[in-house]
Amino acid sequence: MNTATGYLDGLLQGQPPASALSWLNQLRANAVDRVAALTVPTTRDEDWRFTDISPLTKFSFQPAQEAQPLAPAAIEPWAIGEAAARLVFVDGIYAPQHSFNRSGIAVENLGAGFTSHAAAVQAQLGRLAAFERNAFAALNTAFLHDGALIVVPRELALAAPVHLLFIATRKHAASYPRCLIVAEPGSKLTLVEDYVALQDEAYFTNAVTEIALGANAQVQHVRVQRDGAEAFHIANCAVSLARSSRYHAVSVALGARISRHNLGVLLAAEGAECSIDGLALIGGRQLADTHTLIDHALPQCSSRQLHKCIVDGAAHAVFNGNIMVRAGAQRTDSAQSSRNLLLSGKARVDTKPQLEIFADDVKCAHGATVGQLDVDEVFYLKSRGLSETAARNLLTYAFGAEVIERIPVASLRQRLEASVLAQTEQRP
Amino acid sequence: MIYQDSKTLLAVRDLHASVNGTEILKGMELTVRSGEVHAIMGPNGSGKSTFAKVLAGHPAYVVTGGEVEFDGRSLFELAPEARARAGVFLGFQYPIEIPGVANSQFLRLAYNTVQAERGKDELDPLEFDDFVREKMKLLEMNPDFLGRSVNEGFSGGEKKRNEILQMALLEPKLAILDETDSGLDIDALRIVAGGVNQLSNKDNAIVLVTHYQRLLNYIAPDYVHVMEAGRIIKTGGKELALELEARGYDWVGAEAEANARASA
Repeated sequence: MNTATGYLDGLLQGQPPASALSWLNQLRANAVDRVAALTVPTTRDEDWRFTDISPLTKFSFQPAQEAQPLAPAAIEPWAIGEAAARLVFVDGIYAPQHSFNRSGIAVENLGAGFTSHAAAVQAQLGRLAAFERNAFAALNTAFLHDGALIVVPRELALAAPVHLLFIATRKHAASYPRCLIVAEPGSKLTLVEDYVALQDEAYFTNAVTEIALGANAQVQHVRVQRDGAEAFHIANCAVSLARSSRYHAVSVALGARISRHNLGVLLAAEGAECSIDGLALIGGRQLADTHTLIDHALPQCSSRQLHKCIVDGAAHAVFNGNIMVRAGAQRTDSAQSSRNLLLSGKARVDTKPQLEIFADDVKCAHGATVGQLDVDEVFYLKSRGLSETAARNLLTYAFGAEVIERIPVASLRQRLEASVLAQTEQRP
Repeated sequence: MIYQDSKTLLAVRDLHASVNGTEILKGMELTVRSGEVHAIMGPNGSGKSTFAKVLAGHPAYVVTGGEVEFDGRSLFELAPEARARAGVFLGFQYPIEIPGVANSQFLRLAYNTVQAERGKDELDPLEFDDFVREKMKLLEMNPDFLGRSVNEGFSGGEKKRNEILQMALLEPKLAILDETDSGLDIDALRIVAGGVNQLSNKDNAIVLVTHYQRLLNYIAPDYVHVMEAGRIIKTGGKELALELEARGYDWVGAEAEANARASA
């Protein structure tokens, strides 16, 4: 499709200036080549069958050239009290005046990390999140500039969370958040990746996150997407687990007009474990699409996945959960559950658990349910005096709370519980 | 207990109700006055539980005829939540499990909703915690049940105790307890019955729906009614329950038929 190709070329306007680092220039150039060769996906692509991204192409998005100055008070609503470090990005641009680092480890702007942690960055960046066939990952890589770099040294356990806060302030801005997290062997990290907005106009967030876990490392990854109502949010997250490492992710999608979250977890060595849980709570004409791939590449790994969608209005949720068990990945233990709650007659969910198993000694359980609020549960609450609305809100909240409860950061968990309760109560 | 100055709390006249198009209640008649304890007994399928659910307003049951007056108001003009606020309480035969809703949160919401309706003060979480723990002692309930999801993973006995705890909090005028004794071992039965007895007073009334006489050893009814085919066919005192225990239900039906023929 020529028009779609043209659209991606248009997005390439405003690329960062050439770097002094030749490997970085080469990586960007490779990505630009792929952007030129690829097109905006359409619903004819199997991977985008249920998600029509074409509304994106009706806008002309440009990257912001300088950070919008923000008062500290503007950040306050999203502050996480427990955080040991925070990096703030405004429309994709690093904002050092709002950032701090009391963690004692490297939590810094990727732009600085290109040189300060050259070896780690060069070894990992662009390796996990492949952009050969992924136009959006390629586009993000073409714009490699600011971003978050976290390197947790060997055997170091950081108890307090690191907060990565991406704030959208500008109409029609494109931003390309990039995160690289390296958890060296035996280290522990809790990470909050947080997308928020100070405006409700259309903008485009196209994020890529790469997380590499060394042997016995543990990473807890909380991802919160609360973009503005007219936003487009595309994210690719790629995680790789070495021997006996553990990755626990909780992703919550509340915002954006159209959002797409691709999460790929590679269990690359024996004894690795992951749990990836997700909640999408949407209404109006929102579309939230989550595509996950858990790749059991080696024996004796385990994976757990709970994905929930609460869909109101004429909104549309999509879940595609692929579990791949490669030949030889014996004694794989995997369980996946997709549970969906439709709150209106026009709400829609497409859920597709997808198991591909090429080993014979494996335990793989999966299930999907789509339903409405249970009549007997509503009646039980009403029989105790709760109004119809209060009963339905409480049950809706409870459905989502099962995922939110798994967030390991208390202040964020409490605030999200409150905002989910408020969001369920807003419904007419 | 029967009091001289009691007032009528519930008057059921010629009540007919259906579920999925099948008529279950066929001319139910019952009058309950304040202070009284009534037992409704009868074989399976006689309509006992349907009667309980119709009074509470379960949406699956459609009232097709007759009327019910509760505390001077037409019951069917009230939505289920309005009935609860006005003082109708149904103790469920199978209490519903609600994962994700903390029992304490649920109990406090229910309590405060009913308090607000009565123009009384609502309690904040800390105040309510003290208050509910006192009530739990009545039922020898472990306070751990406050932190768990509503009824989720509770044993049969724990669920029934949780029902009576709700009754203790909401202080209904009319409590309809549907098969509260089912699934209880003898110790749990004693505790639950003891709780109900303590909640019974001259201003409220209790209707026990039960299949077996066992519960009535612990809660003495003023009246025992036998239901069959959707209506009450015999009413007596508590000695009737013992007779039913000894002789079963068949003779009551036969007697009712004979009476009907005689009067025809």
